[in-house]
Amino acid sequence: MDNLLKIQNCNKHFNGIIALDDFSCEISKNEIVGLIGPNGAGKSTLFNVITGFISIDSGQITFNNHTITKKAPNKINKFGISRTFQGLRLIRQMTVLDNILLSFKKQPGEHLENVFFKNKKAKEIESENKRKALKLLKDTGIEDKANDLADDLSYGQQKLLSLLCCLASDAELLLLDEPIAGINPAMIEKILFIITELPKKGKSVILIEHNMDAVSQVCERVIFMDTGKKISEGTPEEVRNDPKVIEAYLE
Amino acid sequence: MTYLLHIFILIGIYIILSLSLNLIAGYTGILSMAHAAFYGIGAYIAALMALNFNSPFILNLFLAVIGSSILGALVGIPSLRIKDDYFIIATFAFQIIIFNILNNLVSFTGGPMGLPGIPQPVIFGIKISSHFSFLVLTAILCAITYFICNKIVKSPFGRILKAIREDEVFTKSLGKNVSAYKVKIFMISSGLAAISGVMYATYITYIDPTSFTLMESIFIISIVIIGGAGNLKGSIVGAVVLVMLPEILRFVGLPNSIAANIRQMLYGGLLVVFMLWRPQGFIGEYSFNRNNENG
Repeated sequence: MDNLLKIQNCNKHFNGIIALDDFSCEISKNEIVGLIGPNGAGKSTLFNVITGFISIDSGQITFNNHTITKKAPNKINKFGISRTFQGLRLIRQMTVLDNILLSFKKQPGEHLENVFFKNKKAKEIESENKRKALKLLKDTGIEDKANDLADDLSYGQQKLLSLLCCLASDAELLLLDEPIAGINPAMIEKILFIITELPKKGKSVILIEHNMDAVSQVCERVIFMDTGKKISEGTPEEVRNDPKVIEAYLE
Repeated sequence: MTYLLHIFILIGIYIILSLSLNLIAGYTGILSMAHAAFYGIGAYIAALMALNFNSPFILNLFLAVIGSSILGALVGIPSLRIKDDYFIIATFAFQIIIFNILNNLVSFTGGPMGLPGIPQPVIFGIKISSHFSFLVLTAILCAITYFICNKIVKSPFGRILKAIREDEVFTKSLGKNVSAYKVKIFMISSGLAAISGVMYATYITYIDPTSFTLMESIFIISIVIIGGAGNLKGSIVGAVVLVMLPEILRFVGLPNSIAANIRQMLYGGLLVVFMLWRPQGFIGEYSFNRNNENG
């Protein structure tokens, strides 16, 4: 399979705490990989490292054969990596629709000069994006919320919205940090369905999740990490029965 | 009548100032204490050009806007590294530096004596000298400023500004170059502030550094906050209310020395009252005291 993301020997220390310890892994095109491990294992740190919010001490990360190590988060997003945050970040004082519109890439209207000149093209793309955004909302059944503030959505809908923002950005790789934690079963199903459909659209996913059932349901491959190291890797079944994994959880 | 026109012209000047500050403070969420500095820079550039080179008003206006935006970039760039309260202190410092330069560079700016005899504007052969014609010119410039600000905040560009205000980390994760947006909006805002400086200088025909002090910056911020941050109409309402309010004191028959102090107390008091009970101002969309735990 084609390589999409390649992480080689990454190290990250925070004042003596080891967050990533010689961590390496590869993600192929069109696959969903589960990233599991106890709290503080370094999963979210890994996301922050990949997306450029934290710079690594040593190691190399390549995406589609571009080195993205030590690049700024906004640049990394442009390469085609999109993410959600564990703490659920959205622009809460903006409408649902605006949140999605914000996520589209290459918007001419976002350039200052196009605000005043040549804005015909900008307007066309803006209305096209609006159509796409409404379609995303319609497909997931929250189109009636389009003009509500993101803050007024339920927690589950907010998590869905942050996933929709990732979809709108048309990224090749989606890093989803606990997309279904703390939400109701119907919404879990909806979100998991969206995730399972992604490889068919040419997208890859790394999924951080504590819910092992959900992970087994959507992931072909699982990486288990603890104290910044990759402990085990394989199918959900293999990882679940790996003695090293059981040991790590019992500690 | 002249008195009323004078008040309206002042309101116009403050509308331009508060609209432009609203772009950075209300829309982008970066509180700057240096707005009067840009106001002053605009006034001084236009005045010095007119006095030394007798250059046409439109050119002076243009140069003032350009000069002020370049200095705006100087303030915008630190905003990339320092945040919130620390940034306010940095702009504070910039404000004081500009005041001191204007006040001490006597050979160039006239220092505390100021610059008297600034020629009144001549636009396309029409000399603007009566109060009424000044009001018309101010109104036109206000309309242009409002048009520019409105275009910006309604565009996808403006949407990013609001996103930066609400959650910078999230905005970065969406691939937006937050730093570039901050510097750009700072440049626009300071450029627009220079317009009011030019108007003020050519209207009063005399400027000195005391018109561009920290108190003036605080006054402009008060207009933005009381009128309503994050809403352009709020800036207009704020400017009308805050410029008119102290004028009322005049009619109560207070001596000037007391009225001036009461003005300051009034602004301070209003700010406190609004921060406590109506942090979003009259018609604002953003309140500075809201707890947001964005990184």
